[in-house]
Amino acid sequence: MATIRIQREDFDAGREAETLTAGRTDVGAVVTFTGLCRDEAGALAALELEHYPGMAEEEIGRIAADAEARWPLLGLTIVHRYGKLLPGAQIVLVAAASAHRHAAFEAASFLMDYLKTQAPFWKKEHRADARDSWVEVRSEDDVAARRW
Amino acid sequence: MKLVYFAWVRERIGKPEEQIVLPPGLITVEDLVRWLRARGEEYAHAFENPKVVRAAIDRRHVKPDAAIAGAGEIAFFPPMTGG
Repeated sequence: MATIRIQREDFDAGREAETLTAGRTDVGAVVTFTGLCRDEAGALAALELEHYPGMAEEEIGRIAADAEARWPLLGLTIVHRYGKLLPGAQIVLVAAASAHRHAAFEAASFLMDYLKTQAPFWKKEHRADARDSWVEVRSEDDVAARRW
Repeated sequence: MKLVYFAWVRERIGKPEEQIVLPPGLITVEDLVRWLRARGEEYAHAFENPKVVRAAIDRRHVKPDAAIAGAGEIAFFPPMTGG
């Protein structure tokens, strides 16, 4: 059963990974992925993340259940932030624990591909030159999600 | 029925949500979009390219041909850009 949190607050990837393995000896691999708010040459002042409360948790829960059905995971934590985030800030965390590395790597990759295309979040860029714009979908993300 | 809007769909329509009494004869999400588009300029702007706008019924993704009968909450939003 995955732990899923949608929150405004920051997270600690190390602590989340430790929580997955605390008190157990059957975990052989933990993969953590952290997505960050990236700036390009000083153009971005901040990123505003809007989400659909309720559906965000439920949809990520469905994606997580799908991952747990496909790979033998021993633990799974997904944290997605919303609100205003500055360049360099952490946005999303996926931590997957398994007996062997392939399942943990693949599940984390699958989860990120599906979070990007299915989880109800939208990014708005507040630009340094004061022009705001909604981030457009990258076709590579759709291609990435279709490979699973 | 409750309609909720997100991101630029919300901005174009000018409100995050509304309660609406639908006229009879609307069967699918597509029918609802067609009816909404005729409600005013802001709706026409939000749905100017209806293929782009996504929908969810009671917090689950649905296709344009999904039936709206029995829905409590229908959401419209652009393609998602989280992660």
